[in-house]
Amino acid sequence: MGVEQKLGDMGVVTTTLENVVNWSRTNAMWPMLFGLACCAIEMMAAQASNYDMSRFGMELMRASPRQSDLMIVAGRVSKKMGPVLRRLYDQMPEPKWVIAMGDCASCGGVFNNYAIFQGVDEVVPVDVYVAGCPPRPEALIHGVLTLYEKVKGEKFKDLAEKYG
Amino acid sequence: MTQIEEVSIDQFKHLVSERALTGETMLLNMGPQHPSTHGVLRLLLELDGEIVVNCIPDIGYLHTGIEKNMEAKTYQKAEVMTDRLDYMNPMGNNLAYVMAVEKLVDLDVPPRAQALRVILVELQRIASHLVWLGSVGLDLAAMSMFLYCFREREQILDIFELVSGQRMMTTYFRPGGVWRDVPVEFEKAVREFLKIFPKRIDEYETLLTKNPLFLDRMLGLGLLDAATALSYGVTGPTLRASGVDWDLRKARPYSGYEQYDFNVPVLTEGDTYARYLVRIQEFRESLKIIEQALNKLPFGPVRSENRKFVPPPRSEIGVSMESLIHHFKLWTEGFPAPRASVYSAIESPRGELALMLEGDGGPKPLRVHLRTPSFDNLSVLPHIVKGHLVADLVAILASIDIVLGDIDR
Ligand code: SF4
Repeated sequence: MGVEQKLGDMGVVTTTLENVVNWSRTNAMWPMLFGLACCAIEMMAAQASNYDMSRFGMELMRASPRQSDLMIVAGRVSKKMGPVLRRLYDQMPEPKWVIAMGDCASCGGVFNNYAIFQGVDEVVPVDVYVAGCPPRPEALIHGVLTLYEKVKGEKFKDLAEKYG
Repeated sequence: MTQIEEVSIDQFKHLVSERALTGETMLLNMGPQHPSTHGVLRLLLELDGEIVVNCIPDIGYLHTGIEKNMEAKTYQKAEVMTDRLDYMNPMGNNLAYVMAVEKLVDLDVPPRAQALRVILVELQRIASHLVWLGSVGLDLAAMSMFLYCFREREQILDIFELVSGQRMMTTYFRPGGVWRDVPVEFEKAVREFLKIFPKRIDEYETLLTKNPLFLDRMLGLGLLDAATALSYGVTGPTLRASGVDWDLRKARPYSGYEQYDFNVPVLTEGDTYARYLVRIQEFRESLKIIEQALNKLPFGPVRSENRKFVPPPRSEIGVSMESLIHHFKLWTEGFPAPRASVYSAIESPRGELALMLEGDGGPKPLRVHLRTPSFDNLSVLPHIVKGHLVADLVAILASIDIVLGDIDR
């Protein structure tokens, strides 16, 4: 099933550097081990036996932001947590991506009140929103795959502009 | 957005020892983003080398305003908030809430609904303890526990999905009963779980109970004596591991718990390991309750017939104009509750979860207040970690099983 089988004896593959780099980024994306609320439990479930995110190169959850390139905001972000979240985001090395998991992280969910940010995009830029309260693990996996599609289409030029 | 403030030591001078001011001991932040704090808890530690001198929990990173939000909603609609409170125990939160509403407006609950509630709440207790066991395993580097526990938990979530359509935030219990009757597959699914789970508990025990590495990290740590536990208001397995036989299911039975025959595991050691053992035994006791409840599950309606508080069933809406109007009014306006205040408490997987509800004659509660077990249990943490290593703090914190949604709400 590997690349050898598909290519046979050809021996040489030509592609662009961009494609190779993006492909490898999608296959070893390290999410940050960072749970906020209920959604984090479903994130754990997505990591566990039945759903097994390691199929997508994501079994390594790093507890340190400096070692991770994907932030999954799993849960509601309170006014007290917002600055901390931003600091964690700033500490992640570039290029970095953010998935807003669940209704709370996407838009505030059922908590339209004084304590909760109405969407984590008020604090950090978000690449993919996953709906649900909480989203099923399948939904999270779908969100991750959607992010992969996005990463595969990224251009170095844009990244250079984005991160300077 | 508010900025993170740089604080000087003057602000928490009174919380740390004198030695911290001279720089003899070190102040260290643990959290709010830390894999072992089980959520967004921040612990400010004062360390002498590796020994914890002081531990100051800083909570509020998940403050959601649930109580205030509930006061802005009618009694039916406020219920969805309770699911999201202690997110390991949505069914239990629902139960505490609907029991309070039923008490406030004096609403009857049919026996079948009561039994169904017991079955589901006990399943929830098992699921919650499973998450606990899995994450304790992770904290102590027993990674496979996490994989095993979540495998069994999925089975319980499948049952929840079967009855309510949602895996976690079910809102299945409603004032006056449950949302609708369980499907026919329910009994088979629960029996299947009852059949396989005892073997699985044995498996966990083979992996952990006598494992020398596990014992090293658990035995004799975080000693909590009964008097201290009681004075801090500690409840649940943490209290029962300290030798106090207090379980609301026995002491103040609700929802028909008095019909079931089960034991309340109590140990006297009061250490981290005893708390682990209590929870393992609770697995088996919960299974007993579920089995009894399932065996004598009565037939009949699952929701009260009191049309003042319970909307008419769908079948009536199609044929009766009055029912349609009534349904519409109940859902838009809600039902009025008398000017009174009630308190209802249940035994959640973490301890005594209670809800105070005050009506003001209108369709919305005037005041909702929650007594959440994790909050009180956490308050004893600074007391029991003193003098232990930082690495042991992780095990002790894990052993009192806090849920941040429960603390900050
Ligand atoms: S979206 Fe729902 S499940 Fe997720 S954090 Fe918000 S309330 Fe909890």
